[in-house]
Parts: sequence; structure tokens; C-alpha cells
Amino acid sequence: MSNRKFYALLLLTAVLLTLGIASLSVHAQDVSGDLEIFSWWVGGGEAAGLEALIARFGELYPDVNVINSAVAGGSGVNAQAVLSSRMQGGDPPDTFQVHAGSELNDTWVAAGVMEPLNFIYEEEGWTESYPEGLISLISDAEGNIYSVPVNIHRSNVMWYVPANLEQWGVTVPATWEEFVTTTCPALLAADVTPLAVGQAWTQMHLWESVALGVLGPEAYAGLWTGDTDWASAEVTSVFETYGQVLACSNSDRDGLSWQDASQRVINGEAAFNVMGDWAAGYFLVDLALEPGVGFAWSASPGTEGAFLMLSDTFGLPVGAPNREAAVAWLRFLGSAEAQDIFNPLKGSLPANTDADIENTELYNAYFQDAYTDWTTNAIVGSLAHGAVGYGEFKDGFSNILAVFATDGDVAAAQAIAVELWNEVYGE
Amino acid sequence: MSKAGRITAFFVLLPSIVLLAIFVYGLIWGTLTTSLTDLERVAALRGLPGQFIGAENYERLVNSGLERRFRIDMVNTVFFTLSFIAACLASGLGLAVLIDQKIQFEGVFRTIFLFPMALSFVVTGVVWRWLFQQNSGLNVLPTAIGLPAGNFSWHLSQDKLFTFNWADVPNILVMVVCGLVIYFALNAYMKKKSQRAAFLAAVAFLLLMLVTFNVPNQAAPLRSEEHGFNVALFSITIAAAWQMSGYTMAMYLAGLRGISDDLREAARVDGATELGVYRHIVLPLLQPITLSAMIILGHISLKIFDLVYTIGGENPLQIDMPGLYMYFVTFRSGDYGRGAAIATIMLIMVAIVIVPYLATSLRKERN
Amino acid sequence: MAATSVPLGTTRRPAIKPGRILIYALLILFLLLFLLPVYMVIITSFKSFQEVDLSRMWQLPVSLNFESFARAWEVLAPNFANSLLLVVPATAISAIIGSLNGYVLAKWRFPGANILFPLMLFGMFIPYQAILIPLVQFLNSVCLVPNADGTCSTSLYGNIFGLILVHVVYGIPITTLIFRNYYTEVPDEMLEAGAIDGSGFWGLYWYIVLPISLPGFVVVIIWQFTQIWNEFLFGVTIAGSSAQPITAALQNLSGSQIVEWNVQMAGAFLTALPTLLVYILLGRFFIRGLLAGSIKG
Repeated sequence: MSNRKFYALLLLTAVLLTLGIASLSVHAQDVSGDLEIFSWWVGGGEAAGLEALIARFGELYPDVNVINSAVAGGSGVNAQAVLSSRMQGGDPPDTFQVHAGSELNDTWVAAGVMEPLNFIYEEEGWTESYPEGLISLISDAEGNIYSVPVNIHRSNVMWYVPANLEQWGVTVPATWEEFVTTTCPALLAADVTPLAVGQAWTQMHLWESVALGVLGPEAYAGLWTGDTDWASAEVTSVFETYGQVLACSNSDRDGLSWQDASQRVINGEAAFNVMGDWAAGYFLVDLALEPGVGFAWSASPGTEGAFLMLSDTFGLPVGAPNREAAVAWLRFLGSAEAQDIFNPLKGSLPANTDADIENTELYNAYFQDAYTDWTTNAIVGSLAHGAVGYGEFKDGFSNILAVFATDGDVAAAQAIAVELWNEVYGE
Repeated sequence: MSKAGRITAFFVLLPSIVLLAIFVYGLIWGTLTTSLTDLERVAALRGLPGQFIGAENYERLVNSGLERRFRIDMVNTVFFTLSFIAACLASGLGLAVLIDQKIQFEGVFRTIFLFPMALSFVVTGVVWRWLFQQNSGLNVLPTAIGLPAGNFSWHLSQDKLFTFNWADVPNILVMVVCGLVIYFALNAYMKKKSQRAAFLAAVAFLLLMLVTFNVPNQAAPLRSEEHGFNVALFSITIAAAWQMSGYTMAMYLAGLRGISDDLREAARVDGATELGVYRHIVLPLLQPITLSAMIILGHISLKIFDLVYTIGGENPLQIDMPGLYMYFVTFRSGDYGRGAAIATIMLIMVAIVIVPYLATSLRKERN
Repeated sequence: MAATSVPLGTTRRPAIKPGRILIYALLILFLLLFLLPVYMVIITSFKSFQEVDLSRMWQLPVSLNFESFARAWEVLAPNFANSLLLVVPATAISAIIGSLNGYVLAKWRFPGANILFPLMLFGMFIPYQAILIPLVQFLNSVCLVPNADGTCSTSLYGNIFGLILVHVVYGIPITTLIFRNYYTEVPDEMLEAGAIDGSGFWGLYWYIVLPISLPGFVVVIIWQFTQIWNEFLFGVTIAGSSAQPITAALQNLSGSQIVEWNVQMAGAFLTALPTLLVYILLGRFFIRGLLAGSIKG
């Protein structure tokens, strides 16, 4: 054997060994150290889901010490501030929760602080298992994929208790107009809060359901592409309707978390609540209610056939202190197994299509219904949950809605919204 | 003392001077320059500098429809500062006078009135948020003695007092200055400095004329927009005064103990009533303490952050403050330029209160 | 500190007058108002979650339940430790620096000190928002542990050392002020006598100034301990997660969505405990420290 050949062989062996070790390390117990998982899941079904994931991950990787840093505040309102100061300080967690779409792309990806995860998608065969539309929401123009979605949520859901509606003699309104003109007065006469609404972000959450209901999916989507003019009469009527809907809600909004607001529906203090389907997780896991009896749902008025979506994903920041463990976590998170652990608790649909959605033990009537909608409806992105308009627009808009909640001035709100749009997205 | 010692002394002080030069003045300079740029998160993370945009961030804060929240915050700050100082001074002085009545168990009373001062505003906020719950807490307290439950919305109240238009703010500011000038003019008159009094009166008259002819409003045209003093701020005032009135009491108490009994006794011998002794002897002597307390309390309220964050959470505008907004603009919206501009405005407000105070109290000390 | 050196504890015997009943009634009324929140914290934290019912909010717990303390402790313990790790060195260092600075400014006056001193004092009044943005960048730029490839593995940001540094620096003005005022009252003759014996700067400090500094140190230590323990803005912006102090963790606990008031109140109690103990044990000095914070008292 010539020297050259010998070295070639040696090199080959070395490469094979390394590959072997590498592929071993993916599934075996070589991964160790601290793994900091940053999220805003601190309570209810979502925290239970995260804890169940961490427990299973701990069985697979017993040497990894998971640090669950969750920052309280619904929809990540406080977590995003903490994360932002940490990224600026060069102190990223190993992996963090981020909404698919604008919240991921227009901030962290644009700043170049995320690692592309295409290698995971290729090795795990996820390019086939995840819906194309969802992957495009978490990819840049060059096709780099930057996060792993753990779920699909629907924002435009209206919750109620069927027996209560019957008792008060109202039916689920098909449009916002019906809600404002018929349902709301009837409920007020019965001394019931027609709609339970919570603190600021839940008001934006309500606004997007009203906008979708008034505009329809196409014009709603146009708000974020510039095809729908923010100064148009249609948008005026969105604000008008939103004002009327708000007038049908409780006055102590700012003091309520989303769970408090949902709870009021269950307690019979309020008739309806518009909240994402994490409310289903809350009803099923925390309150142990039976779907269809203890609580029921429909698309928020006027949005039948449209699915206002958001997705919680986890990414890998550049400079993650324990990259190896973070990659192991992401591989686990995207697997069908993990998604079947998490989503029944959280009240969301699995993003991975290999998940066992047909299993009605895991995914009860609510999920079956939602899954049908997810696969058949028109899909649009949520503003309140980072799919569209994240950052300056969302925060400015949140201030517009906060002022609107106090003065109800439609013309002023719309004029400032136009100004905001031009400022952020205009030429 | 020795020259060598003097040199050593300078080198001992030097590290502190350098540290403060960097961490106070250097970083303030950094904030100031950032506030003149459009620096935001994405550029900053890429290590790029912001574009210089002059005073655009400030103009936007003062006059753009997008920044109504900031102007609400400024109005809130003014209102909160006034009510907080008033509450602390009144209860602090009252408690100090009561405790000064040669009472039994004075130490126990003093300790209890002062202990909230040892707490963090975060603790205070958590506790009072519980007490401000709409359907319980303070609202149901009256039921314990058979009264009907209260129905206050506390920090969630949407009611406003004294509504005014933002466009009138230049006039209002000039009126405030005018009021101060008149106060000084009267002061000068009482002290028989007629020349100075006449000059000040002329200035006051001039300012009044300016307002009459609407000159300030026209010189600084601002957006027409309704503002008012939010009633919800009273709850923040209650929580903050609970924490800080003991401190005010301690300051007054020290002042009262500094007034000799002989002086009061002399007044009593001259036939003054107990109330008269306080009005004519004690209160005037406490004036410098009132000023100190106002300044300490004022600079706390101008930069308040943790208490409001803990009580209010995300962004209920009726109790929002610049300190909170700065935090969210900077770290949630990622707009460093605008966050720095808000921070600079906060610094200027505090400096207006603190710099004259520092200057005068140190000059007094030297004399 | 002229005014503050007047002892606050002097009790002069009262003569019984009818108006005194009113005085005691008012004092007791205020006392109840001040203790109301304390009562609420204590009764709520001893209740079980089922018992935390809005309608029975003011009633005493049926039995003492320590579960909420256990729950709160479980969450807050690491942050409690962080706060201790932060507050002990930061207090000690800033007290030592303050003592030396105060000694220099009170006894070794040099030209320019009259301008320097107020410039230093200004640092204790600024709103920290006014330095926050560049501070984050600055802390990030100071690398403690570099990686092999030149990038930074551990910087001052998100690190207990960064937090200690920041609290020491922003503590310098107040500690310097308190010691300077304290040493100003030490007669110059005492030092001059020492100087004649040939003692220099350090000798005078070590043998004359330091031995009489104990009261000054107590005031400064109490003040800094409470200030740093109670601070929140730095805790939430520059501490990262591993160095997060207890105030930030308590805020986070209280913002949790399903609000367990008993756990929150227990958490508030635990957070308040160290400063309360310091206050109850050393209250007299605490008052002096507070008054020193107002420059002249």
C-alpha cells in the first residue's frame, strides 16, 4: 500500500467515524450541558404543553439540563422586550419562541442573527412533512428556513356556552352587523356582557377578527400588501364596526388577562369571547370542560371559510451558547411525536403533517373541526400574533387602538393608521 | 497637609471620576447622539450606525398623530407628580406633627410609618394591584363594617379631570411662567424691593399680553388633540404615597426636632395658641425641608417605571408614563432612536428639577 | 447632615390633655391604613389556592397553609440567590469607594473639587433610561471570556459581574456624599495632629479616619443594600436570565396569566424580607441614611 493510499484510507476512516459519531450524536446521549428555552408560556395549557415536551426531551437526552425561561405576558408582549435587550446585549438564549412570519423575518432574520435550519429539514425529511405555505412564512427569499413550527393556531374563533345562549335566547351571530344590531342589545337587556374582552393585545386580536369579518380574506390580506388602501371606506367601516363591538364589551378590559376574559364566558357573566384556539387548551386542560357542551365555538362573525393563522416556532440564534443541544431540541420539537405531545395540551393543530391528527383520543372534536378548516379555508396572517406587520407597525397600531378604546374617534384612528402605514411601509 | 498626600488624594478619587465620566456623561452623550438618528434594532444588530435625522424623533414625539401615547404620558407625569408630592407632603407633615406631640411608643409609630420605604416598588405594585381588584380588595372593605361595597375602577378608570387641548399647551406654559413671575414680584414687593417688583410686574404683564393675543400658540403650532388628567392616576398616587410618605415624615421630623423648644415656649409665653405656634414659628422654619422633599419626591415620580409596570402591565394609557413607554419603544418596537429621544426628554425634566437644587444647596453649604 | 445628627429618639414626658385623645386616635387610624396592605399580604399568603376567593378576601385563613410559600420559593429561590450575590459585593465595594472618596473630598480639598463634586452627585438623580441604550451596547462590548475564534463567549451583559459593576458605579455618588458629610464633621485638628506625627494620606485614613467610620459604613451599607436589592430596571434589561435578580422574577411571577394571588403575595413577602429585616434591626441608621439622600436633610 502506497503512502498516499494509506492516507486516503485513513482519511476515509476518519470521515466515516466522524460521520458515524455525528449521526450518533443526533439521536444519542452525547448532547449535554444547559439548554435555555425562552418562551412566553407561563400558564395554563401552553405551559403544560411545554413542560410535557421538556419532560420527554429529558428522557431522550438525560444529560441536558433544560432551563425553562418563560417571561409572563400574553402573546409575548413582555418576552419580546426582554429577548430584544438580550439579543442587543449579545446574550441570546439557546433557542427562543417566535411567531412565524413578520415577527421572525423582519427582525431577527433581517438582522442576520438566525442560523438557517435547512440541514435539519433535509435530514429529517421535513420539507415533505410541513405545508409549503407555512415553510414559506419562515423562509427568506433565498430559501433559507429559519425556524421550526410547533403548531398552527387559529385567531378568529368565537367561544360561547351553548346552554347559556339558549337561556338568554340568542343565537351565534353570522356577521358583526348581526352581533351589533341584534345579539348585543338582546344580551344587554338580559344584563349579560355580550362580549368579554381583555387587555391591550386581546383588543388587537379582536380588531383583526372584526377586520377580517368586514373586509373578507382577500381585502384583509391586502392590508399587508398595500392592495387594500388604509384610507378607503372599507377600512372606515372596519373601525366603525370595531367601535360598536367594543361598546358591547366589558369596561374593565385592561385589567383582564385572556384567561380572565374566557373565564367570564364559562362563568356565564359574558356571552361571547373572541380568542385564539389556545382558549380550547385552557377549557380542556385547566377547566376540564367537554367540547360542544361545556364550551362551543364558531368562526368569529363573518369569517366563515377564512382561517386567520399564526404559528409558534422556535429558532436557533447565531451564537447560541449550547448549539448542539439547541439543534437536538429543534429536531425533537419538529417531530410528529413532539407535536402530538404538545398540541392536544396547547389547543393547537400540529404543524407537522405526519402527526397523528386522525387519532381522536389525542385530538378531540374541536381539533377535528379546526383541522378541516385549516386544510380547506382561505389562510390569512394574524397581526396581533406576528404573522404580519410586526414591529413598528404593530406597536404603533396597538397605541392607536388604546387611544380608540378611550375616545372611539373613528376618523382620527383611521387617519393615524394611514400615517403609520405610510411611515412604516410607504416609499 | 502634605503635597504628596494631596496628589495621592487626587489619584484615589480619579477612578471614580473616570467611571462616572464614562457611565454618566459618556453614556448620556451616547443617548443624546442616538436620539438624533433613526437607529433601530435590525441595523443595530448588524453593527450599522443610524442615519442622522436631526430633531425628527423629537418633532414626532411632540406633534405627530402617531405619538399621542407619549403626550398622554407627559400629561400623566405632570399630574402624577403634582398629586404624589401633595399627598406625601400632606401626610408626611401631618404624621411628623402628630409624632412630635411627645407621644408614647413613638418608636413603634415611626417604624411602622417608615417601613414601606424599605420595600421595592415591585413589591408595592404587586400588593396594591391585588387591593385594586375591581370586585374585591379595597372596594369590598366597607362591607366589613356593614357599608355597601365601593364601585371604583381604580387604575382602570377612564375618567378625566381638567380636559384641555394640546394646541393650547404653549399658552398654558407661558401662563405658568407668568404665575411664577407674579409670585416673585409679590415676594419682592413684600421685601420692599420695589424696583425689582416693578420689573417683574412688567414682565408678567408682557407675558399676559402675549397669551391674550395667542402669540405662544401661534409661535409653536401644536396638534389639536384632547388631553386631561386621568383619575386612574390617583391609584398610583395612593400606592406611591403609601411607600414614600414615611420618608417625608422622617424629613419633617428631623426638621421639627431641630427647632428648639425654647423658641416655641417663647411664642406661647407671648400668647400664641398651639396652632399659632405652628403657623408662625414652625412651618416657616420647615420651608427648606419642604423644598428638599419636593425635589426628592419629584425626581422619583418623573422617572417612575417599576410601580406602574407592575400595577398596570402592558399598556393601559390612563396610567402610562414616559419611563414605561421608553422601555417598550426601545426594546419591543426596537426603535432605539425614538427610545433615546424619550429618555433624553426624561433626563431634561429631571435636570430642570435637580440642577438648580444641587447648585443652590452646595452654594449654601460653602457660605 | 447637621439636621440628621439630632437624635430622633428623644422622648419628652407628656402632660395629659384632652386633645391628646384626638392625637392618638389619628395616629392609630394612620397606623391601620399603613398596615392594611401588610395584613392583606400575610393573610393571603397563608391561604390555599381554593381559599383565595374574592368574597372572602379580607377574612383570616381557616388554617395556616405554607404551600404558597413553598411554591413561591421554588420559583424565586435562584433569583433570591442572584440578588444576594449581587447585593453583597456591590454594597461592599461601593461603601469602600464612597469612604475613600468622602475622605478625599472632606479633608483633602483640591482646586476644582467644588465643580467636580456636584458633577458627581448629578449621577445619582438621572433616570437610568437616559443611559440604558448605550449601556447595553457598552456591556456587550466588554468581553470577559473570548472564544478561540475571536468572538465573545461571555461579556459583561447578562452577567452578575456587569450588574455589580453598574450598581457600584451608580452607587458612587450617594456613598461619596454620605461619607463626605460624615467626615466633614470630624474636626480637622484630629487629622492635623496625625499629620504632625508624620502620617501621610493612607496613614491618616487607616489610623484616624477609618476607626471612627463605623456609623458611616452602617448608614451606607443599609442604604445601598436596600437600593440595590429593590432595583428593577437594570434587573429586567441587562441581567439576562442567569443573573436575573428577585425583583424582576417577582414581576414575572405576578404577570403570570393564571393569577394565583396567594403565591404572588408569598413571593412579595419573600422579596421584601431581607430589606425589612435590615430595616427592623437597624432602623435608626436607616432613617439617617434616608435623610442623607436628600443632601442636607
